[in-house]
Amino acid sequence: MSNHTPHSHGRSYYQPEDLKRFGDIAQHNDHLAKKFFEYYGEVFKPGALTAREKSLIALAVAHAVQCPYCIDAYTSDCMEKGADEKQMMEAIHVTAAIRGGASLVHGVQMMTQAEKLSV
Amino acid sequence: MSRPVATPAIVQLQLLKEGSPRLSALPRFQQTLQQHGLAPLKASGLDILQVNVGKLCNQACRHCHVDAGPTRTEIMSRETFQACLDVLREHPIPTVDITGGAPEMNPHFRWFVEECRKIGKKVMVRCNLTILTAGPQFADLPEFFAAQKVEVISSLPHYSSGWTDRQRGDHVFEKSVRALRKLNAVGYGQNPDLQLNLVTNPVGVFLPGNQKDLEADFKRELRAQFDITFNQLFTITNMPISRFLESLQKAGKLEDYLEKLVQSFNPSAALGVMCRNLISVGWDGQLYDCDFNQMLELSVTPAGANHIKSFDWATLNTREITLNQHCYGCTAGSGSSCGGAVV
Repeated sequence: MSNHTPHSHGRSYYQPEDLKRFGDIAQHNDHLAKKFFEYYGEVFKPGALTAREKSLIALAVAHAVQCPYCIDAYTSDCMEKGADEKQMMEAIHVTAAIRGGASLVHGVQMMTQAEKLSV
Repeated sequence: MSRPVATPAIVQLQLLKEGSPRLSALPRFQQTLQQHGLAPLKASGLDILQVNVGKLCNQACRHCHVDAGPTRTEIMSRETFQACLDVLREHPIPTVDITGGAPEMNPHFRWFVEECRKIGKKVMVRCNLTILTAGPQFADLPEFFAAQKVEVISSLPHYSSGWTDRQRGDHVFEKSVRALRKLNAVGYGQNPDLQLNLVTNPVGVFLPGNQKDLEADFKRELRAQFDITFNQLFTITNMPISRFLESLQKAGKLEDYLEKLVQSFNPSAALGVMCRNLISVGWDGQLYDCDFNQMLELSVTPAGANHIKSFDWATLNTREITLNQHCYGCTAGSGSSCGGAVV
């Protein structure tokens, strides 16, 4: 694997310490940030799904959107909630299955189009 | 299986206070209590005599705050056990909490349990489970516990072998499952008089999750996978002392962990910490505010009442708790005590 990471002026685009500053997004729109964080907090409360299940979903989505902050945060959160590596890896395979499936199912479109073009 | 004895207590305390600029910058625990109007922290009574009968253990777990193991030789003598019994006989302390090491390996263990029960004390034993599978001399412990109506409290970091074995050693999970089945077979976790409670502590640099949620997961998985039942799950925070402190240092995570504990300080948890209604007795009879202070050699104050043979009910009932930076471990998040979360 390459050791090269995207750099801007010798600095990685992603800084782990930036995660701690997530709340700073309120600086330029306190009103919407407040609404977002309240909503965020509500979403992750146990409901029909347990807090652990929600955390595993968040981890899976974090891999789908490939957000390194979310991957760090929800690996930690999943472990706190008792989800071990086996559970977390299964969740990531769900991500991979949906992402891979989403590509492959378009193969039907390709085949349909190919049929149309065939004489 | 044997491991080296942990860093000396005084060095551990020094490290926690000023081991690096980041650690030196953290507020002192006493200051944090003052800021929340909780200082001085004093005893609120004496409900539990926690007797640590020694450091000898059949296991050598990575997070053990006692630094216990098969090569340790420090165990409580019959004379010190007798001094504990004298105190229990003379004072209205309802509960005896027996810990170690593996307390069952002390040759006076069974006699002590029987004597405590004879004088009407509730007895809790912190059993590591694998001792029940460690040989014929321990094979009848489930029956002994049941006959004495001992409450059994056992560590099981997780309902999977991966996390459990990583923290407690190879094959510990499989042996623990065998031991839990033996306890279930004599009525533990089923008969209301035979309480079987499990303890989980994180396998890494994070705080325990919600105790009730984890208990539901443990109950469901242990029942489904192994047909095991138990009563309650207690979540305990890893204390940054002894072997866990060394692991944190080696991983370069000590500052991160201490900062996390400090940031998670919960004043409600501070009010419910176990040291307020418990006295911890060391294998040599020395008295401490808790098992963690015992391992850090921080005796109770005043010095005149810091041994089981100089036990002074009035003094100990109103004593000021000896505090240090490790105390953040008991006040983070939902709090942590020998009985799990405190809020």
